[in-house]
Amino acid sequence: MLSFLIRRLATFLPTFIGVTVIAFAFIRLLPGDPILLLAGERGVSAERYEALRQQFGFDQPVWRQYLDYVWGILHGDLGTSFVTKRPVLDEFMALFPATVELGLCAIILATLLGIPAGVIAAVNRGKFFDQALMSTALVGYSMPIFWWALLLIIVFSGTLGWTPVSGRLGLMYFFDQPTGFMLIDSLLSGQPGAFRSAVSHLILPTIALATIPLAVIARQTRSAMLEVLGEDYVRTARAKGMSPMRVNGIHALRNALIPVVTVIGLSVGTLLAGAILTETIFSWPGIGKWMVDSIFRRDYQAVQGGLLLIALVVMIVNLIVDLTYGFINPKIRKG
Amino acid sequence: MRKLIAISLSAMLMGSAASAANLVYCSEGSPEGFDPALYTSGTSFDASARNVMNTLVEFTHGETSTEPGLAESWEVSEDGTEYTFHLRQGVKFHTTDFFTPSRDFNADDVIFTFDRQGNADSPYHQMTQGGSYEYYNSMSMPDLIKSIEKVDDYTVKFILSRPEAPMLANLAMPFASILSKEYADKLVEAGTPELMNQQPIGTGPFKFVGYQKDAVIRFARNDDYWQEPAAIENLIFAITPDASVRYQKLKAGECHVMPYPNPADLEAMKSDENINVVSREGLNVGYLAYNTKQEPFDKPEVRKALNMAMDKKAIVDAIFQGAGAVAKNPIPPTMWSYNDAIEDDPYDPEAAKKMLEDAGVTDLSMKVWAMPVQRPYNPNARRMAEMIQADFAKVGVKAEIVSYEWGEYLERSKAEDRDGAVLLGWTGDNGDPDNFLAVLLGCDAVGSANRALWCNEEFDDLIQKAKVESDQAERTKLYEQAQVVFKDQAPWATIAHSVVNEPISSKVQGYKIDPFGGHVFYGVSLAE
Repeated sequence: MLSFLIRRLATFLPTFIGVTVIAFAFIRLLPGDPILLLAGERGVSAERYEALRQQFGFDQPVWRQYLDYVWGILHGDLGTSFVTKRPVLDEFMALFPATVELGLCAIILATLLGIPAGVIAAVNRGKFFDQALMSTALVGYSMPIFWWALLLIIVFSGTLGWTPVSGRLGLMYFFDQPTGFMLIDSLLSGQPGAFRSAVSHLILPTIALATIPLAVIARQTRSAMLEVLGEDYVRTARAKGMSPMRVNGIHALRNALIPVVTVIGLSVGTLLAGAILTETIFSWPGIGKWMVDSIFRRDYQAVQGGLLLIALVVMIVNLIVDLTYGFINPKIRKG
Repeated sequence: MRKLIAISLSAMLMGSAASAANLVYCSEGSPEGFDPALYTSGTSFDASARNVMNTLVEFTHGETSTEPGLAESWEVSEDGTEYTFHLRQGVKFHTTDFFTPSRDFNADDVIFTFDRQGNADSPYHQMTQGGSYEYYNSMSMPDLIKSIEKVDDYTVKFILSRPEAPMLANLAMPFASILSKEYADKLVEAGTPELMNQQPIGTGPFKFVGYQKDAVIRFARNDDYWQEPAAIENLIFAITPDASVRYQKLKAGECHVMPYPNPADLEAMKSDENINVVSREGLNVGYLAYNTKQEPFDKPEVRKALNMAMDKKAIVDAIFQGAGAVAKNPIPPTMWSYNDAIEDDPYDPEAAKKMLEDAGVTDLSMKVWAMPVQRPYNPNARRMAEMIQADFAKVGVKAEIVSYEWGEYLERSKAEDRDGAVLLGWTGDNGDPDNFLAVLLGCDAVGSANRALWCNEEFDDLIQKAKVESDQAERTKLYEQAQVVFKDQAPWATIAHSVVNEPISSKVQGYKIDPFGGHVFYGVSLAE
């Protein structure tokens, strides 16, 4: 186990270096001079241009800029936003809880619905229910999130008026947010109705964000189940007269879940990508929306820092998934 | 029975208190910060300067003309280089959870406001790490303002290095919002200077309450305002970047005012009885600038012929879809000194063809530059260029469309040996015609914002005279004359002024579209 841990950690480092290179190159490979872009139609005088170049370190040779950048990262300094002039790390940390909250709700919803759906489909293989479920999953998987999210808003908020259109909380509530998790903070605030408001604001973005992982989990569960259901021990159990509920629910599902857990872990990347669109549509003040805002404002420092942090989160989650998986299934450790 | 009356009465009271007092504005983005001197974007000014602060001279609500603000009156010296402002007395800075002023607004605050922007040695110059004063710099304030002197507590004198007629309009711009020196001192002493940019203090009609990043900004009415207090008790910005979602929120009654609607939604909005769409022509112009230094575009008759070959009405209808008007002058009609007597070149391809032949121009091939970005004055430059190309083809002129990445486009279009005519435009900053005519067409601007590279002695003479003249009636005459010269010489094809549409709830009263693209909520009330 220890050697697996070390091996896995050893691949972490080069990946991380690769990510720093990509994030760093990203803003330098994009067409156009960021400083000219900041100035726009108005134009900028030569002296002012030079001063801005120096201020943002663009006058240094590229290798030097990269070393400064990495040096900064090692000291927890991801640079200062071009636009807000605040440290990128502070901006990120202030918004991250909102994204985590939404992401967790989405993954929980996707798991709670996806696994049973996959099991039922597998057990009823080839029947109408299976086909209906799998084609729905395919539709869910291929649906453009921004369109789907807008459709949800128009139907459930605009037409039916069941849920608020966007935001995280009703505008009449105003309180400190010590944890950044609205479900917790609204309870702590002691304001009546705040928690309900927070929940009602979570519903649509959670559904929008859960759609793709839900489809993936349902399909993965189905195929894992089908594989397991064909195994000898399941047939034996069945032959011994065990109830179908016991066979499917306990014997088969437990083993089928191993690959499903991996899929859930891998969904974190998908979730973060989906969050960029979902948060923008629902005015959800998380890092996804922040990244979009930064790109529109050409706030390169923020984009560069944000990319790195998001990549880091995905890598850490994958590392944890791998380690857990290795822990459950010893075969993996050898590979 | 009595109980019933009591219940219905209290319900009525609660109802009115809840709806009449709070105005929700679905803003399109997060402010970059709350110190208006540091930024150039309208989104940031809406959340600070325009609702929270005042300037010495103010724009009249919804107009481009100016009126007294924190300065009650002023005198300008004979030679136009000394401005003496008499400040209003008894003006209070906001009292909030985080600051309680001990004195009224005075001359120290004015000097602090400008000195920290222009003087790099000022202890207040870098209150926000890495912050710089882009507007102050781009308005050439550093070399224009020689010094600012405090005559007494309520008199301040600005000494300029040269006469500058737009000076008063400049001082009404957001970057010149007056901030509290006492507040700055307190923050510096506490070692938290950066709060200046996070928790603003001003003298304006609303005071800052709190900001949840990327979500909500709250303002409360300033009951000590030096003018009549605002009608709205709480002003809330609900940050909503997606235009379709803003529309849904407006429909659901979750907000009362929304900026930047999708053009495609306008029809539906107009037919909704709960929504009013208010419109006005924007303070901008979209144009096609010829390179007047290059053959055959150095001849005014060639430029005029090409202008006549363009079916501008069709172009504007197609590109702006009802949100634009054909332009005939380089300044928009909402601007003072707009010369409405000017006749636009008619659309007449036959006459255009003949004029080109008379000028000896045959087989003309040229380039038409299309901007790669959307701007209010040109939402689809590529399509516009294609329509111009088709119109030109009808008079035998071959046009090739070119485009570059935006930064490159702006840079390359300045070059004197540039090939072809460039689509571009401008949005006004301060409501002064100088901000269009001199910036875009003056001889000094050749090589920078003057994309026609046009330097006409008669025109330049007129705008130079107008620049140093402080009597507005005189300036108006000069600018009207300059527009005659412009139309006669045709360095540009003036194409469009966009129309700004703002959907508001039918409950909102007194809302006026700000010609500078801002969103101002003083003077606005909510009906039942």
